Amino acid sequence: MSKVKLATIWLDGCSGCHMSLLDLDEGILAVAQKADLVYSPLVDATEFPEGVDVTLVEGAVSSQEDVARLRTVRARSRIVVALGDCATSGNVPAMRNVVPVQRLLERIYIKGADVSPVIPSAGVPALLPQARPLREFVKIDVHLPGCPPPPKAILAVLAELLEGRVPKPLEVKFG
Amino acid sequence: MIQKTKSISIRIEGVLVPTREGKTILEAAREAGRNIPTLCHMDGLQDVGACRLCIVEVGGSGRLAPACTTPVQEGLSVTINSPRLAAYRRMIVELLLAERNHVCAVCVSNGHCELQSMATSLGVSSVRFPYRYPALPVDLSQQRYVIDHNRCILCSRCVRVCTEVEGAHVWDIMGRGIHSRVISEMDQPWAEASTCTGCGKCVQACPTGAMAEKGKAVEEMVKRTDAVASAAARKGSRI
Repeated sequence: MSKVKLATIWLDGCSGCHMSLLDLDEGILAVAQKADLVYSPLVDATEFPEGVDVTLVEGAVSSQEDVARLRTVRARSRIVVALGDCATSGNVPAMRNVVPVQRLLERIYIKGADVSPVIPSAGVPALLPQARPLREFVKIDVHLPGCPPPPKAILAVLAELLEGRVPKPLEVKFG
Repeated sequence: MIQKTKSISIRIEGVLVPTREGKTILEAAREAGRNIPTLCHMDGLQDVGACRLCIVEVGGSGRLAPACTTPVQEGLSVTINSPRLAAYRRMIVELLLAERNHVCAVCVSNGHCELQSMATSLGVSSVRFPYRYPALPVDLSQQRYVIDHNRCILCSRCVRVCTEVEGAHVWDIMGRGIHSRVISEMDQPWAEASTCTGCGKCVQACPTGAMAEKGKAVEEMVKRTDAVASAAARKGSRI
């Protein structure tokens, strides 16, 4: 039997969900037996491949680059999982949503700067007016809330997905 | 004065339940050991039917009614759990989450919040409605307490406990619909509310992190709702 192609991606989040994924302890061995990690901040692949079975998406959608990456993920993945509160609800990245982007950037990069006050523009993607949850952009197959989602919950969802089943909603709290 | 009321019986999920005239469907159900989910209800306070989580189906037609404000009637037939009710209750919680900025991860009440645990128990793992992300104020003026409107669900438990139990009536709700907001006195900072006794019953009655004690960090605000409910149960019993 060929292995399941698993991918993970990190949008506007703190990487805490990826930490929780690494925190599966010996559970990670069972995942590795059944899945190949074909794209992730944890591996070297530079381009998101075609034909991915399951992709875990951490983080909210905050920039134009996030939108493009998420659309690529959706087009090339059979199952897309919103991993954690930022992906499911916006969470902490969305706390900026009440402040207009220009004012936000000025506050941080001009008023907040001790040296070289300048708003970075070269090589960084433009921010969207607000950070928003994944489901407002693409169809999401499984939502796994939590900040971060507990390792046990991630393992339970992965165990089902790696067997080709769609997991039932778990009793996992936001936050 | 203890008034004698007539014994009657209603049907809950088809099972006969004895109760008395003057009780609500919620009271009759809970006394019979059947739970109906609620957020704005608090034992001892007048019910107002604000949150709508306790909706039940009544009569043969399945008309929807809030259990907390609907009185029992002889022979009334009530359904408290059905796929339709579960779908509405999930929708209510999703709308509450989308309405304001409920960022559980940074909330003092994370892990002890009635809205959060209601979402979990109803299987709400995401919100299908677009989040509003409104800009709302936080009032830090009071010496010991804080009110954060981002986390308020307008249940009005603070308003009622202050009015009915403490007898101060500092709080009320201003505006209509989406613009509704809890205010102290004539919409002035909490510290300037001269009627406030600083008792903190509003804080302890609040189901979310909207009202909290100062100095509490994330997850540290555990509300003493039982203490408030028992104070409410005693109201009027001592002269």
